[in-house]
Amino acid sequence: MTSAIRLSGVSRHYGAVKAVDNIDLDIAEGEFFAMLGPSGSGKTTTLRLIAGFERPTVGEIHIYGEVAQGIPPYKRPVNTVFQDYALFPHLNVRDNVAYGLMVAGVPKFARHRSANDALEMVALGAYGSRKPSELSGGQRQRVALARALVNNPKALLLDEPLGALDLKLREQMQEELKALQRSLGITFVFVTHDQGEALSMADRVAVFNEGRIVQIGTPEDIYYRPISPFVADFVGSSNVLPPKLVASLLGREVYGSLRPEAVYLSDQGHAALITSVSFLGAATRVSMAVSDVAMTMLLPKGATIPKVDDIVQVNWEASDLHLMFAP
Amino acid sequence: MKMQSAMLTSISDTLWRKPNLLILLLILPPALWLGIIYLGSLFALLAQSFFSIDEFSGVIQYELTLKTYGELFRPSNFDIIIRTVVMATAVTIGAAIIGFPVAYFAARYAQGKWKPIFYLGVMMPLWSSYLVKVYSWKLILAKEGILNWIFESLHLSWLLNAYLAIPVIGGYSLSVSATGTFLVFLYVWLPFMILPMQASLERVPHTMLEASGDLGARPYQTFRHVLLPLALPGVIAGSIFTFSLTLGDYIIPQIVGSSRRFIGQAVYAYQGTAGNIPLAAAFAVVPIILMAFYLWLAKRKGAFDAL
Repeated sequence: MTSAIRLSGVSRHYGAVKAVDNIDLDIAEGEFFAMLGPSGSGKTTTLRLIAGFERPTVGEIHIYGEVAQGIPPYKRPVNTVFQDYALFPHLNVRDNVAYGLMVAGVPKFARHRSANDALEMVALGAYGSRKPSELSGGQRQRVALARALVNNPKALLLDEPLGALDLKLREQMQEELKALQRSLGITFVFVTHDQGEALSMADRVAVFNEGRIVQIGTPEDIYYRPISPFVADFVGSSNVLPPKLVASLLGREVYGSLRPEAVYLSDQGHAALITSVSFLGAATRVSMAVSDVAMTMLLPKGATIPKVDDIVQVNWEASDLHLMFAP
Repeated sequence: MKMQSAMLTSISDTLWRKPNLLILLLILPPALWLGIIYLGSLFALLAQSFFSIDEFSGVIQYELTLKTYGELFRPSNFDIIIRTVVMATAVTIGAAIIGFPVAYFAARYAQGKWKPIFYLGVMMPLWSSYLVKVYSWKLILAKEGILNWIFESLHLSWLLNAYLAIPVIGGYSLSVSATGTFLVFLYVWLPFMILPMQASLERVPHTMLEASGDLGARPYQTFRHVLLPLALPGVIAGSIFTFSLTLGDYIIPQIVGSSRRFIGQAVYAYQGTAGNIPLAAAFAVVPIILMAFYLWLAKRKGAFDAL
């Protein structure tokens, strides 16, 4: 596993604000890597540090083995898809895509051919002569993608690329991005605040909070074995059990996490007061209070659905209760 | 009292029910002003230029003719037009070159309290009288002026004298040279170039410049292929000001500069003492045609594509 991008002890401070605070990160070649976190958690700043738009206050960045701090963005072997796409409004779609080749001095005919190929790849072959303002949001997103890929970067950086798209388009683009990454075989570094997006697309996920990386792991790691209440709560609305409750069950005073789908109705177990019931289609989400702790469970189709204010018994397998030793 | 308020209510009800009537009432006064006072006088000017003057009696002959326009092409008159156009072009280019970094800095880096300080710094010169500024420049540029003194103190008088010895742009001192006229024009019209440029630069999103660098463009390529095209509408707007203001001005070349005349001075002279209104009108039409041609060219070259 060759290292594509490595950050060692990297911080970026703005005065007293620590946007990125002592981060270590090692992204492998050909990996689909997601940086997940709430807004202001430092994930976008980290991406900008890799692209070269920001300089680290301290720390070292290596891109494919080379020290990157002194290298300006235009010399780095990475390309970025911007959140607002940043398409040049005065150039048509083909010239936008060919821009990187144009500034590299590729002759007009050759660069137009490459641009057309790149546009074919994102299914916009017929749109070369249009202006970006004449395209829909999803089409612009594809143009930005083609423009970043036409330079054959070693790594593609994507800053919340699907954030501005509606749900249906977003799901479709998720699959296309994943397929594209697989066929190109290059490293994708993907910034998002949508945990579903990160879990479904990435090989590995780094969860950011307040300028630091809280946890790095595979989607399964992050989902089933969160190391702290923050990760458990942020990644898919896990039930966070306070130390007291865990102590009463297992005798250890640590936080525990329990996926909503691991909780089920049972003849014996813990008494739960139902507080709300929401029908989600494939499942029903039931919110309840267990020993004064707010919890949710997901009941599959066909299960008996309790009513609000009912008191029922719920239970879970001991192996599903995951203990979190980080604060 | 009650009747009055009832009347006002019925008026406002009527206006609410007929929004077109309201728009008409609002637009009528400015439309009349624009139509009659402004365009009317422009048309009168245009009409005058198609009359001619009897060379012996000096009486205006009210017959439509192109004879007066023909006179513009006489060497002495045509020189005035060429001189003015060259000066206006030089001032515009100079103002764009000096103004761009100022505008860029203001658009990109001036934040918070620095923004009003920038506006103040650019606009403050406009608050003082135009004549006072021009006369101060005459003093600065004069043989006994501060600029000459600086060159002397630095033992560089030979450089200034060598420059002044150059025909056309030189002269006895800077204050009576075409260079002096150029400097004063540049100073006086510079704010009109900076402000529109700053406005258009401010609308260029920063990610656009980052994207250009990210795709491999060196800083000068980003300037050439992204920043300049996107700022061009502002540069054109500014150049419309500097170009047309220079084309029409008659005071600056009168006070600072050689005795060679500019269009504005020619208009002033022909409509005044010479009493040749048709020729003055024909001269006045020249900047209008030049500006129309300039805008047409700018549009054709795609200067407004980024709008």
